[in-house]
Amino acid sequence: MTPGGYAGKWLDVDLSKDKIREVEYGDKVLEQYLGGRGLAAKVLWDKVGDKYPELDPLDPKSPLMVYTGPMTGIYPGSRICVSGKSPVSMGTVGSTAATEFANEIKEAGYDGVTFTGKADRPVYLLVTDDGAELMDAGHLWGLDGEKTLIKLNKEVTAELTKRKPNVGLWKDPGMVYIGPAGENMVRNAAVMAKICHACGYGGYGALMGSKNLKAVVAKGRGPLPKVDAPEAAKLLWRRTHQILIGRTAMRRQGTGYAGYSVGAVTSSEPIRNWQEEWHDEKSYGGPMFEHRYWVKKKWADFNCTTNCMKISCIKTGKWKGDITDMPDYELQAYCGTNFGIYDPEANIHLSALADQLGHSGINGPNTAGFAVELHQRDILKDSDFGFKPKWGDPDTFDRIMRMMANREKIGDVLAEGTYRAALKIAEMKGLKPDELLKYAVHVKGIEIGAHGTRSDADYTHDISYAANVQGGDHTSTSVDGYNDMSGAVFTDSAVFCNFTYYGVPQSLVFDFAKAITGFDINLHKWRSETGPRIVTLQRALLMLGGPDLKWTPVKDDDNPPRFYEPLPSGPYKGKTTDRKLVDEKLKAYNETLGWDERGIPTKETLKKLDLGFLEKSVSKLR
Amino acid sequence: MVKPLWIARDPSACSGCRRCELACSMHHEGWMWPEASRIRVFMPFPGLEVPHLCSQCQDYPCVEACPVEALSTDPDYGAVIVDREKCTSCGACIRACPGTVPYLHPGDDKATICDLCGGEPECVEVCTEAGYNALTIVNEGPSVHRKLYSRNPVDTARDLAVNMFGEKGEEVIE
Repeated sequence: MTPGGYAGKWLDVDLSKDKIREVEYGDKVLEQYLGGRGLAAKVLWDKVGDKYPELDPLDPKSPLMVYTGPMTGIYPGSRICVSGKSPVSMGTVGSTAATEFANEIKEAGYDGVTFTGKADRPVYLLVTDDGAELMDAGHLWGLDGEKTLIKLNKEVTAELTKRKPNVGLWKDPGMVYIGPAGENMVRNAAVMAKICHACGYGGYGALMGSKNLKAVVAKGRGPLPKVDAPEAAKLLWRRTHQILIGRTAMRRQGTGYAGYSVGAVTSSEPIRNWQEEWHDEKSYGGPMFEHRYWVKKKWADFNCTTNCMKISCIKTGKWKGDITDMPDYELQAYCGTNFGIYDPEANIHLSALADQLGHSGINGPNTAGFAVELHQRDILKDSDFGFKPKWGDPDTFDRIMRMMANREKIGDVLAEGTYRAALKIAEMKGLKPDELLKYAVHVKGIEIGAHGTRSDADYTHDISYAANVQGGDHTSTSVDGYNDMSGAVFTDSAVFCNFTYYGVPQSLVFDFAKAITGFDINLHKWRSETGPRIVTLQRALLMLGGPDLKWTPVKDDDNPPRFYEPLPSGPYKGKTTDRKLVDEKLKAYNETLGWDERGIPTKETLKKLDLGFLEKSVSKLR
Repeated sequence: MVKPLWIARDPSACSGCRRCELACSMHHEGWMWPEASRIRVFMPFPGLEVPHLCSQCQDYPCVEACPVEALSTDPDYGAVIVDREKCTSCGACIRACPGTVPYLHPGDDKATICDLCGGEPECVEVCTEAGYNALTIVNEGPSVHRKLYSRNPVDTARDLAVNMFGEKGEEVIE
């Protein structure tokens, strides 16, 4: 019998052969990997195995996973998780976004989809209660996010109505899709949802583009899957929402007030490609966004009462009609202060542009900022851009983001992501890579989220990124190799939102997980066994890497060079990330997880975690 | 005599959390089943979430249209009650409703319409609890305006779009 919370079936879609089949995973695999981030890493390994280092993530053979988890839709804050071999880190990322696609696919009777192959024309997958089918997407290819969503919503609703006209009105389907950046395989492109929500980290938009897959759409009419202890689950559902409803500041402001405070208070906000991390620009305060631009102040996704999202719309002037969410803190930073911009309207425009192009609003703009710093340092010239780029100038960044999405001029190089762009530009200009990499703010190919470590006053510290198996991902930072596992590794695998997790007692969350799945699951076991299994598997894949790059243990388990430059301004002026502490904590981290001093999982650890299948490949790394 | 009761609805205040669907289906179906909820939230474009439910028109065109008298009105609150034994799934009530509100249940194919939970609607309770107040109880008797709320949710969303996004609102629903 299928464990609670699961629909019990996954779709396996071979895009090259136009073949779709249903697969199931055994109880043991589900209990060991849950879903989303964990299960995707396991299925990836099962499909690729010891040939992993030879697999080009953008090759048709490379699998792409779009998975829910057992708690998706039932626990507050439902999300979808996209994963596979990352074209930026060459490891895996469990990249999630909030969208009704997640509950719709479960209501259609499926827990997720694994894609392999490459379609011979643009397609989208339509999943309904009657199964799944590939639909032509030729008319959608090249469209921006907003137009894609508007057209798909209309045509899928019309198609379902045509098929079953007598049941009444068909409610809108859920969907994830890519914009031009994904289509053109911009390496760090996002998988998008709901105009402004993104599975940002990992570059899975590029994977979809490489497969000619424009969108995945789901509409189900069934119930959410049955759970192990329904009466307990219903009570826990009510209790969890009561707690979330009590988080008043989060509900009122979302993270849309942090564009000011993370700079002014914790001094950890990227400014001009992290040349500074402090500002006191009151023009960038939360109320300046809220009063003029927020047209919907309590916006939630399915089964969420945190409603951290707020919709912004520009109603006058040259950017009239731009719509995005708050922007949230990450985009206030990356599409604002990181460009030297402190004007809410310009920030909303550039955030909306990133959404429409299908850039990850963190990663793409990191690369754009990197490029402008290279121009500041006289490494890139006006001729590389075709114009004179300037900090603080919205048009500069508008143009660069479009050039990246369309792979024009220097944009074609920048579309490879910050790390690879640094190597390519070094080659172009006849410079040593290190002369450029000192300005590249990434860890293992993944550009860093907008929370610096130098002030040590934010939630990110010494090894937060250095030890992270998902590189610069700020949602999944490392602390000590034990406590990490109950945060993002859990929410990304059970697949629900971080923001409906933090603030709720962990014992309640794990009681909820047990009521849903019936698994022998609790906080201690998750931290000491299940979480470490997933992270150890991800670490192995990350270090196996390949084919075009391979990370060096210890050397690459580090912060970007910039994080060791003294902060030049603000209350934490002069501070740097403490290298001694990084070294010490990294050693302890590896030890806690049962990895050797270079962070390679030992044979004993693999055996203990039932990861013996990795031994042959991992032994070559030791 | 019981106090009159109606669910006042303000789609501009709807967050899109869809807890109304979850609470309704848990009450009527015993588990979370959004598509079997008597209130359904449509979203023709993100941000334009429209709760769609029976508005108890004064002339009850659905009840009038039912060829087998499966539909009747609750004497206390005026909710439309479906006799699932009698219902033949013909869809006449759906076609008669100016807002196409009733639908055929995804499980048994029977006409499905809000019954006001016998006077204590679960959807309103969770909406109020979260402070959205997109749904509120009003103790008001029948009114000529109620029927005007019975609209296709896409039409409602078109209006909301302009209210929310200005001129751009004209473009967001094809």
